Amino acid sequence: MFSVAVRRRLGSFLLDAQFELPTPGVMALFGRSGCGKSTLVNIIAGLLSADAGRVALNENVLLDTDRRVYVPPESRRIGYVFQDARLFPHMSVAANLKYGQRRAPAHRFVNLDTVAGLLDLGPLMDRRTHQLSGGERQRVAMGRALLSQPALLLLDEPLASLDAARREEVLPYLESLRDQLAIPMVYVSHDFDEVLRLATHVVLMESGRTIAQGGVGEMSLNAGLRSIVGADALGATVDGRVLGTDPSSGLIRVQVGHGELNLQTAPHAVGTKLRVHLLARDLIVATEAPRNLSVRNILTGTVTTVSSDDADSDLVVIDVGRTLIMARITKAATRELALEPGRTVWALVKAVSLRSHSFVAPAAISTAPPGA
Amino acid sequence: MMWLSPSEVEALHLSLSVAVRSVIFSLPLAVLLAWVLTRRRFVGHTLLDALVHLPLVLPPVVVGYLLLLLFGTRGPIGSWLERVFGIELIFTRNGAALATAVMSFPLMVRAMRISLENVDRGLEQAARTLGAGAMDRFATITLPLMLPGVLAGAITAFSAALGEFGAVITFVSNIPGETRTLPLALYTALQTPGGDVAAARLACISLILGLGGLLLSEWFARRVRRLLGR
Repeated sequence: MFSVAVRRRLGSFLLDAQFELPTPGVMALFGRSGCGKSTLVNIIAGLLSADAGRVALNENVLLDTDRRVYVPPESRRIGYVFQDARLFPHMSVAANLKYGQRRAPAHRFVNLDTVAGLLDLGPLMDRRTHQLSGGERQRVAMGRALLSQPALLLLDEPLASLDAARREEVLPYLESLRDQLAIPMVYVSHDFDEVLRLATHVVLMESGRTIAQGGVGEMSLNAGLRSIVGADALGATVDGRVLGTDPSSGLIRVQVGHGELNLQTAPHAVGTKLRVHLLARDLIVATEAPRNLSVRNILTGTVTTVSSDDADSDLVVIDVGRTLIMARITKAATRELALEPGRTVWALVKAVSLRSHSFVAPAAISTAPPGA
Repeated sequence: MMWLSPSEVEALHLSLSVAVRSVIFSLPLAVLLAWVLTRRRFVGHTLLDALVHLPLVLPPVVVGYLLLLLFGTRGPIGSWLERVFGIELIFTRNGAALATAVMSFPLMVRAMRISLENVDRGLEQAARTLGAGAMDRFATITLPLMLPGVLAGAITAFSAALGEFGAVITFVSNIPGETRTLPLALYTALQTPGGDVAAARLACISLILGLGGLLLSEWFARRVRRLLGR
């Protein structure tokens, strides 16, 4: 368990954050720019002091202002991947990678070969850092942090300075780190797509405070998210399991709740865990079993909540079998269909509007929100 | 050096020897002071900064005179050095090196500070998260990255040391073979009837030395910049 509860005043800005992350897991610190994410991460790393608070990784207390415990950053064993990579310009890529390794404790869980393999660093070894592209720099920075044998890895918006294409290039590497190394990570981001793809847990931050936290599925339905990501990005993130390929359509069949979705994705082995995003605006709700439709995906479930989203629309949460999905529909539709909790409904979504990512790490475990 | 007279060789050799000593002794102290003045905030910061820069604005004769007071045989530091270590500074080449070191010190510190201010502290933080302690970070990150400034400072100070006149002649006098460096020899030649040719020759040597120093420093700076990938 990685637990953080810290307070720090910076001018008129007050950071008051607390969260807990079961380890190993990937915690996304999510919030708008300037909400205090980087400040919090710097306190965790020890680069910034806290006015009050406690930071502990399992039984290791790294900071406890009450007991005057402060472990300096160089002894915390926390790897830090900075937004701007911060590679040492006077060293080669190989020397950068070995910098932390040479100073790491005797017990090591990854070696240079493993890291080079995971991040595909072999061809870069002899290069000077200024000869690297943005994506390559971030990969080297990740490798360097990992080789210092950290007990926790902090990633402060490692993709923020990259364009969309480079981002797509680096994301798979982050996924393989998550899936193949059992190292807890705190991933700072203001891009919800990244969060959905990488995290097992989400902590929502707003103006210096942690306002909500939990597993990704649960958090994707959190009301606090609406104001940060906007109505169009709102939707449920559900865990599915590959059942096979539909021979006639070539679509991949994925079990979600006790229903089934067909979606367009690369072929996956039967049993693979997939994380599927169902955007609220893409869902259609019916109160009768629909027939003669081009829509491939129909999930049956029960309405659990209906809440007002804005002046014209409602958010309807539907339980499709221990899995919640969310639809955004007009208030007029809510009225005409007489949607209310307990009502049986059919949710429709087009196969082409579904996105999915493979996810090998342990599925999201929900954390107890400590009253934040 | 067939075309130089023995006394010219002597002055040249002495100048180089004094300048080398001066740079070697002041370099570590200058790095330390540059770091303290750039990175630390403390009571007396402004005063220390002013003290370091004082030789730039004081007449060299005043610096020489102050050195005489402090490091002379009866001065507080001079008598202590002689008693404890048997080191005599007055009227010696080591004394000349001290005088030139004090005079060129501000130039050295200034060059290093500019370079240190350009060192990205984020890189030091990164090194810190990778397990490097304070001395380790300084040796492996800060110092290599401020190296262009250290080199520039050393070369500037070396060139200035070759030409230092006022403080040297005041502190250690003008003794042939011991403290008569190039500028002092040139001054002596000018004071001697019929010494015009000798003076011109010494001036030429100084000119060549100065130009060589500047070219060398430019070449060094380029090498280092390329090494740092800028």
